Amino acid sequence: MNDDLILLGHGSGGKLSHQLLDELIIPNLSGVPAAGQNDAALLNIGGVKLAFTTDSYVVDPIFFPGGNIGDLAVNGTVNDLAMMGARPLCLSVGFILEEGFLKSELARIVISMREAADAAGVAIVTGDTKVVPRGKGDRIFINTSGIGAVEHSLSINGAAARVGDKVIVNGCIGDHGIAVLSAREGLEIDSGIKSDSAPLNGLVTELLPLGDALHVLRDPTRGGVATTLKEIALQSGVTVKLSEENLPVNAGVKGVCSILGLDPLYVANEGKLLALVAPERAGEALAIMRRHPLGKDAAVIGEVTESSAGRVVMETMVGGVRGVEMLAGEQLPRIC
Amino acid sequence: MQSAPERAAIEIGGIVQGVGFRPFVYRLANRLGLSGWVRNTGEGVQIEVEGDAAAIEEFRLAVRDEAPPLAVIYQLRAQPIPAAGATGFAIVESARSTAGGEVSPDCDVCDDCLAELFDPDNRRHGYPFINCTNCGPRYSIITGIPYDRPATTMAGFAMCDDCLAEYHDPGNRRFHAQPNACPVCGPHLSLLEPSGAPVCGDALKLALEALSQGKIVAVKGVGGYHLAVDAGNQAAVERLRQRKRRDEKPFAMLAADLEMVRRHAHCSELEGRLLLGVERPIVLMRKLAGSSISDLVAPGNGWFGFMLPGNPLQHLLARGHGAPLVMTSGNLSDEPIAYRDGEALEMLSGIADLFLTHDREIHTRTDDSVLRLYRGEPLFLRRSRGYVPRAVQLPAEQASVLAVGGELKATLCLTRGDRAFMSQHIGDLKNAATLASLEQSASDLQSLLEITPALVAHDLHPDYLSTHYATALGLPAVGVQHHHAHMASCMAENGLEGEVIGVILDGTGYGTDGTTWGGEFLVGGYSRFERHAHFAPLRLPGGDAAVKEPYRMALSALYSLHGDRLFDQPPAVLSEVAQADRPLFLKMLEKGINSPLTSSCGRLFDAVSALIGVRSRISYEGQAAIELEALAEQGGEVEPYPCQVREEWGHVLDFAPAIAAICADLARGRSRADIARAFHRTVARGVLDVCRRLREETGYVRVVLSGGVFQNRLLTEEVAELLAGDAFQVYCHRLVPPNDGGLALGQAAIAGTMQARG
Ligand SMILES: [Fe+3]
Ligand SMILES: [Mg+2]
Ligand SMILES: [Zn+2]
Ligand SMILES: [Zn+2]
Repeated sequence: MNDDLILLGHGSGGKLSHQLLDELIIPNLSGVPAAGQNDAALLNIGGVKLAFTTDSYVVDPIFFPGGNIGDLAVNGTVNDLAMMGARPLCLSVGFILEEGFLKSELARIVISMREAADAAGVAIVTGDTKVVPRGKGDRIFINTSGIGAVEHSLSINGAAARVGDKVIVNGCIGDHGIAVLSAREGLEIDSGIKSDSAPLNGLVTELLPLGDALHVLRDPTRGGVATTLKEIALQSGVTVKLSEENLPVNAGVKGVCSILGLDPLYVANEGKLLALVAPERAGEALAIMRRHPLGKDAAVIGEVTESSAGRVVMETMVGGVRGVEMLAGEQLPRIC
Repeated sequence: MQSAPERAAIEIGGIVQGVGFRPFVYRLANRLGLSGWVRNTGEGVQIEVEGDAAAIEEFRLAVRDEAPPLAVIYQLRAQPIPAAGATGFAIVESARSTAGGEVSPDCDVCDDCLAELFDPDNRRHGYPFINCTNCGPRYSIITGIPYDRPATTMAGFAMCDDCLAEYHDPGNRRFHAQPNACPVCGPHLSLLEPSGAPVCGDALKLALEALSQGKIVAVKGVGGYHLAVDAGNQAAVERLRQRKRRDEKPFAMLAADLEMVRRHAHCSELEGRLLLGVERPIVLMRKLAGSSISDLVAPGNGWFGFMLPGNPLQHLLARGHGAPLVMTSGNLSDEPIAYRDGEALEMLSGIADLFLTHDREIHTRTDDSVLRLYRGEPLFLRRSRGYVPRAVQLPAEQASVLAVGGELKATLCLTRGDRAFMSQHIGDLKNAATLASLEQSASDLQSLLEITPALVAHDLHPDYLSTHYATALGLPAVGVQHHHAHMASCMAENGLEGEVIGVILDGTGYGTDGTTWGGEFLVGGYSRFERHAHFAPLRLPGGDAAVKEPYRMALSALYSLHGDRLFDQPPAVLSEVAQADRPLFLKMLEKGINSPLTSSCGRLFDAVSALIGVRSRISYEGQAAIELEALAEQGGEVEPYPCQVREEWGHVLDFAPAIAAICADLARGRSRADIARAFHRTVARGVLDVCRRLREETGYVRVVLSGGVFQNRLLTEEVAELLAGDAFQVYCHRLVPPNDGGLALGQAAIAGTMQARG
């Protein structure tokens, strides 16, 4: 492999992405906090606290069960703001279109962006459109940036996990990744697997009254729950112990994953959040989630067991304890 | 006529400390009437002797020839020095008593101690912690250096007057025997309930009673806990299987003596010698028909694994029970073997009915070693207790390297000069406790052997946990391709330099091109290699899932022949996939979804095993291939199937014609044993064919055989005989396993050589 080139894995959200950020991008920019950190930057502008984030969407295919690239671009950025406990205010949108792209498809995408923005209660206030020659892009890429108001004085961030914290997820994992994969590869599975793409700011608003007990909020997108938890463990310097038995996974996703040999822990989500909550308020947090339409299947999936060198381990169904690591890129065969 | 006295200085390197070497020298010098002294040094032992020239010469020879049983001498240098007119011979205390790292492995009871153990008049009669300088625990109880009692887990036991007298008497077999103990002053057995509550009474006697009643007893051994149960008691063995959640993996057994082994297994003269060695490994031997051992001990397997007692407690148990005992590692399915008392109770309380334990702590966990005999040579499947940390001699001096091995059968290797120290078997690093044990072992070995590595070597696989560990150490790190490391491992232990042909038949390993390799023909040496040929790639449907479910490989092989008409084919293995799942399977193969191409040889064996109905899903690693080999051994003298060598950018050895022929044979109802046998011969023939081409291209005639598939004795024999019969020089593993347990040695040799070249 050539070390001089950007590989697909550098965009996977896994280990290579972190390396690229830490070794190339951040050192060459100034004023950026260290990598792998939070979903959005916190700004204090004239005494007003704001959260600011940006994200680009290149998903293939652009239409998939449960959504399309448009609502994904809105929800993704809304969720990055929500994970700071911010109230999303407005978004920008940038389109990069390939010559020859169908106007009708663009219209569908834009309409679902508006619907998603309405559902999240944000306004799309500015934007930009560029067209590249045929073959220089893949139909449509979208960038969205977002600003949110921070109206709490909590320090919710990836470095705030503490020993004893319960790890709660608001529902079944892996739906988005498997829905996109089936659409892309034409898997024709009729188990009704749909992307979970959804705005999480409403759910977060319900959780904020937990106050100081709410330590970490993160959306496990690319790289799945495994990668996001590993980031949190590293940032907070703690060990997180998961329980395989308690991981909520839809039967359909479980079935497809077992045939394809994929581990749902590493599969992407677009409407899930991980909340790390102090143990004494964990029951309450779980109840709040379960009352919310996006948290019906919420579950406690693990806890922070000790303060140490940033490990994630999982108690398996057969009673062993295995390490959970960030992958360099794709899931590669390891057994010799 | 007496000539003028002469004097010689002698320096000896090797395992010469903690093995009774100085008292031996003392007695020898006295016997030959020589004066002078002996002392331990940082490098080994230093001696000066003075006296008659002939006596000095005799002394020099005898030091090597009559050395104590546990001593291993690597080098002996003698030179004349001026006489000093000394009288008498003394053992001189050295300022720093332990060598920079040659620690003796753990060792079985010597004959003298064994006689005492069973002598009713001896003060150590029936005492399970008897030992002397010639025998007993070493590596597993040493906590630091120098090797003195305070740096062992015997530190807390103060010797009684009798033991102290032995310890200080240079003429005694227990002179400076660091673990020396007796019933008055040493450790004691106890018997516990799973709750930890002690059981009153004679612990050994009660444990033996429980065993004869079919109970499961956890027994604390030298390197960790074992689970013991009567091997002839079907219900008891079945209970152990259920509780251990170990469906089919063979259990090892303990027999009191060779005679007992020979009632249940074909044990040749050589196998007997291996069993009787001080290392006391588990030896795999062919089952004997009509054995009274439960068929649940090693189901679907033609072999029994036996060991003879390797410590006094096992001697007492084996003799007391009078029949073979299952003696399997005390762990839950994936966990490392339990070795600390509290942890063992916690981990094994759901399995064992009783715990036979004691108060001598185990410091370093070491699993039992496992080997089988192949062409009159031992072939290691696991090299651990009894052998570690004995060094492997490298062909040349090199930089000090820490090599961290693979992932599934992780071992470490540390080098100093031209010596490579392989660690005990550490295990599957995906298990969190095993990974912790890798880190612990790496630091323990470095301090015990006093080696500060200049660089670290690891596998190229970006996600192996050993790779993560290695690259985080802050040392210069060298990534070594998996199969290059296998090749170098076999070269190193055979002392080969220069370039060779490497036939690496393996499971899967990460290739330099990012694809998954495993049936490789490499040409090169330590500092470079080229991939000249490989097996034709097959899809690995579902990645690691295909390893646990070999039917996936059968599907993959059939798919390569029939494409989307896969499920229209006759082989019964296709019924493993439910109708509803078939479209998804086809898509997965067609689009390669999580189905990387692999040139693996191990997976080809899996494919054939599933295809002919031997094994579709496995419950332990390698099961499909192991059972295929067992079946093939029952096959007749058959012709190989066709295979094909295609010329692409290298030679591609394609077994598709063989798969097609096997399907035809299955349809005709040919004996499955003959099919299995013919397949083995096909692979061997294909290997020969490719090696001939490589010899023509390179002129090389030396072939090293490595990789996990060479645990298959039948295949190894076929390949080695075909190659040797065609004037190749064939080298196999004898000192380290051909599987990933030997990987670290190759990594170390490669990294060390590259460093030396700058
Ligand atoms: Fe291997
Ligand atoms: Mg983002
Ligand atoms: Zn002895
Ligand atoms: Zn004593």
